[in-house]
Amino acid sequence: MKLYNRGMVIAGIVAFLIAATFPLWYGRGKAVPPPDLKLDTPALERLKEKRCIESTTYMRASHMKLLAAWRDDVVREGKRTYTAADGRIHQISLTGTCLNCHSNKDKFCDRCHDYSGAKPACWSCHIIPEEVR
Amino acid sequence: MLEKALRGSRGYGIWVAFLLLLVAVGFFFYLRQLDYGLGITGMSRDVSWGLYIAQFTFLVGIAASAVMLVLPYYLHDFKAFGKITILGEFLAVSAVTMCITFVFVDLGRPDRAVNLLLYPSPRSVLFWDVIVLSGYLLLNIVTGWTVLESDKKGVPPPAWVKPLIVLSIPWAVSIHTVTAFIYSGLPGRGFWLTAIMAPRFLASAFASGPALLILLCLILRRFGRFDAGDKAIQTLAKIVTYALATSIFFVLAELFTVFYSQIPGHMHHLTYLFAGLNGHHTIARWMAVSAATAVAALVLLIIPRARKNESLLALACVGVFLSLWIEKGLGLVVTGFVPSPMETITDYTPTGPETAITIGVWALGLMLITLLYKIFVSVRNEE
Amino acid sequence: MAPTRREFLKIAGFSAVGLALPFLPSLAFDQAGTPTAGSSSPAVQGPLPALKAKRWAMTVEPRKCRPDCTDCIAACHLEHNVPDFRNPKDDIHWISLEKVEHVFPAETHPRLPESITKLPVPVLCNHCENPPCVRVCPTQATFKRADGIVMMDYHRCIGCRFCMAACPYGSRSMNWRDPRPFVRKINPAFPTRTKGVVEKCNFCEERLARGILPACVIACKDKALAFGDQEDPRSDVRLILDKCLSLRRRPELGTGPRVYYIL
Repeated sequence: MKLYNRGMVIAGIVAFLIAATFPLWYGRGKAVPPPDLKLDTPALERLKEKRCIESTTYMRASHMKLLAAWRDDVVREGKRTYTAADGRIHQISLTGTCLNCHSNKDKFCDRCHDYSGAKPACWSCHIIPEEVR
Repeated sequence: MLEKALRGSRGYGIWVAFLLLLVAVGFFFYLRQLDYGLGITGMSRDVSWGLYIAQFTFLVGIAASAVMLVLPYYLHDFKAFGKITILGEFLAVSAVTMCITFVFVDLGRPDRAVNLLLYPSPRSVLFWDVIVLSGYLLLNIVTGWTVLESDKKGVPPPAWVKPLIVLSIPWAVSIHTVTAFIYSGLPGRGFWLTAIMAPRFLASAFASGPALLILLCLILRRFGRFDAGDKAIQTLAKIVTYALATSIFFVLAELFTVFYSQIPGHMHHLTYLFAGLNGHHTIARWMAVSAATAVAALVLLIIPRARKNESLLALACVGVFLSLWIEKGLGLVVTGFVPSPMETITDYTPTGPETAITIGVWALGLMLITLLYKIFVSVRNEE
Repeated sequence: MAPTRREFLKIAGFSAVGLALPFLPSLAFDQAGTPTAGSSSPAVQGPLPALKAKRWAMTVEPRKCRPDCTDCIAACHLEHNVPDFRNPKDDIHWISLEKVEHVFPAETHPRLPESITKLPVPVLCNHCENPPCVRVCPTQATFKRADGIVMMDYHRCIGCRFCMAACPYGSRSMNWRDPRPFVRKINPAFPTRTKGVVEKCNFCEERLARGILPACVIACKDKALAFGDQEDPRSDVRLILDKCLSLRRRPELGTGPRVYYIL
């Protein structure tokens, strides 16, 4: 089989490969330090047992799924409380419950989101209580 | 076959570059719109749909009109259209692409457009419109392209295309019917709440679409080394004539019902549209142009000698296109919102950025037509 | 936002303990009613049980309105972070005051007394029994709850504005641009909206869940607004509806509005 426009085709493939692998070789050797998350808010200091509504492992991996489920529970089902695995009942509220403990959003949420390049759209509507005061 | 769109005369290159420039300008202003929000347009709380949705409505008609070529050729074996059915299908492809783009640029949250598919809502007419439009786009790409490819190879089209082409006939009717149902199914908007909305849409579509096709054929004859043939063009001209007459008749029927029954809620809209209301005359002036052009074009088209004169026919077709563009691409959508449910009159004037985006989308569609027709002509001229 | 003292008094019959509760989150009760002292999480539920109904409805008696009073609008827009753009093009409102001739064009004639034609008539979402906006929404971003409240899911709305075309009452507003800079005083307990979504009155469902009546009803010193379950014969709205002729906006459209007007 004859390859037409050999030069152009090969140049195109090379250009594509360079562009597609750009992030890999551009960031090579540069180690970005893992985010330093602060858990030293007044509300958290008062806790006897530092435990989020679910286990840390679960929260770290799946907090976004939990929040998405909460969102639908409140808005669409009118359900406003959440029963955690250990039986505790929590009010479903991003600003009222989550940010009550994690009142240092910039040193907790944002640091990890910046690190992982996640840009949740929550805060274009939901209000960070600190910012209003 | 795609490579045939890449090579062409100097004029072809300049034309495509010009369209690309318009697309780029439109895209620039679209980025501005994304940043600022739809407030960059002239739309308001009262007139919440404007130029974008109006263009969408008008172009659905252009898309549907391909059926006026496909039906006579494939169902009645009308040979004169054999040469140009693909032109109709490619026109439909470009028009539907523009429709979808216009709906997209009209979204407040385009980043969530996928919600249309994630949460399908069969009770919403818009849901069905998305389905019929994308289906129609697919049908026309597949049938047009396959038939052209067979032409190139000098073999008859594969047997499986024929059922798809036949399917595209009722499908064309469906896209404009469903689009009309978007309007005619709303309880509170007297102007749109009319059962002849869908028939009206189809009549005006079968006038404006074939009128555009005639113009495109004349352009191709002049600049594209492709002759559609007098018989095809003259038959299209007759289709335009009847469709335009029907379209005008439907509008008159609408006017009779509204003004003889004298129900104020219905009269206000049409008064605003044709005569102006409480000193708001902008739309009425456009509609006067539309009405005058439609009548003049109809006269030209009805007289056989005028219709057979190519320049007069071209003039009449420009008139038909312009008139129906004003009626559907300007008047129909805005007037549904005026007066508002609170009986206030809010004028709508498209802004500069809005107009630039609109022109950009049109340029995108024209570019698609140009490229597809270029491929078509190149293939045909090889034979 | 913690409810104000006056709001509590209006709800009636609540003790001083009840008044103090929302300000002492550490003493708040969880769902079972047992104290969760020591927990730092805020009150699991307000001091009042959620208000529930088969069909929420509102009655409006514009004759009771004081001239030039806009308390209902102010309270609603403050509660829900409704922006004030100060221009009709970008305008967003959940409740507004209109003239009788615009609210009830079919009932208007030249011999109506001035006492009627001059009345300010509060208009808001009618939370229709058969809402056209819900029917046309292509993503179910707007939907009707079991208790009749027509809700908006601002997370899902794509901003196509089909609902605005469908609403026969002009109850819906579009966020033509970012509303947040135009919210005069932000209430942190309620989200703002983003540019590109449609919004409207929600019958204060977030307050009902905390056992508090809608903001406009509480704010009205003249008791021109009443709120309750139209299926409950002892509710405030039924006490009014049962004894006089009430009007609904454009009833001929079959939408079944649940905001009733006594004129």
